[in-house]
Amino acid sequence: MEKILTKNFGLKDSHLLSVYESTGGYGTLKKLFAMQAKDVIEEVKKSGLRGRGGAGFPTGMKWSFVPQDNPKPKYLCVNADESEPGTFKDRYILELDPHRLIEGIVICCYAIRSHAAYIYIRGEFVFPYHRLEAAVKEAYAKGYLGKNILGSGYDLEVVVHRGAGAYICGEETALMESLEGKRGMPRLKPPFPAVVGLFGCPTVINNVETISALPYILENGPDAYRKYGTEKSPGTKLFCVSGHVQRPGNYEVPLGYPLKKLIYEDCGGMRDGKALKAVIPGGSSVPILTAAEAEEVTLDYEGLAAKGSMLGSGGVIVMDETVDMVKSLTNLAHFYSHESCGQCSPCREGTGWSHKILKRILAGEGRPGDIEQLEKNADHMMGKTICVLADALAMPYIGK
Amino acid sequence: MAFEFTAENKRKFDEILTRYPVQRAAMLPALWLAQQQHGWISHEVMEYVGSLLGLSPAKVYETVTFYTMFHLKPIGRHHFQVCRTLPCQLMGAEGITSHLEKKLGVKLGETSGDGRYTLSEVECLGSCGTAPMLQLNDDYHENLTPEKLDALIASLK
Repeated sequence: MEKILTKNFGLKDSHLLSVYESTGGYGTLKKLFAMQAKDVIEEVKKSGLRGRGGAGFPTGMKWSFVPQDNPKPKYLCVNADESEPGTFKDRYILELDPHRLIEGIVICCYAIRSHAAYIYIRGEFVFPYHRLEAAVKEAYAKGYLGKNILGSGYDLEVVVHRGAGAYICGEETALMESLEGKRGMPRLKPPFPAVVGLFGCPTVINNVETISALPYILENGPDAYRKYGTEKSPGTKLFCVSGHVQRPGNYEVPLGYPLKKLIYEDCGGMRDGKALKAVIPGGSSVPILTAAEAEEVTLDYEGLAAKGSMLGSGGVIVMDETVDMVKSLTNLAHFYSHESCGQCSPCREGTGWSHKILKRILAGEGRPGDIEQLEKNADHMMGKTICVLADALAMPYIGK
Repeated sequence: MAFEFTAENKRKFDEILTRYPVQRAAMLPALWLAQQQHGWISHEVMEYVGSLLGLSPAKVYETVTFYTMFHLKPIGRHHFQVCRTLPCQLMGAEGITSHLEKKLGVKLGETSGDGRYTLSEVECLGSCGTAPMLQLNDDYHENLTPEKLDALIASLK
């Protein structure tokens, strides 16, 4: 299979502009500027590209929600706040192919008629941050960013903005709050970011991986992109495999790929000849699969939904037979209670108290009624908060 | 003691301000600059950053304390941050922390008396395929083993 996102990963100095250009990089911009903005949106709609940050929302449709009669500036936020446990794909794009992202940013901004993009990168990613900053500088120097790009009359400013340690800032509206210099607390929707987003202006927010697929789509057309994947989940996706496999790492495969094949062929199977026990297929916030479910499921939005889980961010956490599930859940409860922003009581209290109960059970001091209490907690947490952080922890309590 | 940016950092800050249509958006970049200069975010730093952005120190305080990477007190010269979240736990993160506690002579969450080491556990660092791992100051160290940790400690100045 042709690689779309990772084709340059193996090249020497793949992060440099000269290397990116030598593979045809930035070649789509000429074509882009000859197109009408609305036609670019149409191409992306036809490609069927869906958001790779977790929600899987159709990208072209998201762009089309930006009101073009609104006199305010329009913004693009690129979500590089990769923090979903089990996910480490955007980091590699930022480190190994930052120019693909930048070219994608130009495409997106042109399509939504934006002249400013902010890339919000998590604070811990210091090395990728420096790579990205250097790449942005190179792109400015070569005239791919800034005023009158390639003589087209189109201007675009790109700013790299560092976060400072907070998982919740990966949630789109929390990211905008954080970018505005505040605590990263999610906003109530509606209004949706497409209408009232960053600085109160119409805003598109897309994940790094989503944006990085755009140069291919524009260059080769929607049909070429649709050669890969399924009807409803077209294209390729990066899957980050961690845990007890022989060869953990990033794998770019077409959507619809069997999880069994990914684990047993691409990743070389289970480590130390142990048996598979469970898999979290899309980052820690999606429901866990048993070994039997994992061996049947295909990696696309619909395939995972059919098994009661989600594609999420593509963070595949593989657990062998030795794993203590109570301990694993307690670990995640610690994570979610630590990362709750605290504005909604059901989340702040629910994640904290359930972590305390789980710790007690893990220490062998569980009491009658603890399990029922966790189930009750789930009821108190799910669907009762501004964002879905609490839901992610509540789902395992009710067997999801 | 009052804090202010060096002339160079003040220039950097002024450039940062031009990137945003709203002054407050320069908050995190300003705090990063201040922490690089001062090592941590004291109340004086918060007052200063507030004065630059036209905000009360309380507004700066509420922002600083929301994020984990701003230090509210001085930390060790070598800050070990062991990733503790599930994918790393599956691959033995607890052993990494206990090994470091022994070798550094510092308990989790503490700084050594000579200000040399701080040992922390942090949530997912996005390096799950190369677990277990830690971040030492700015840098990631991945696929850790006790031997690798020992070599890493020995390499520190």
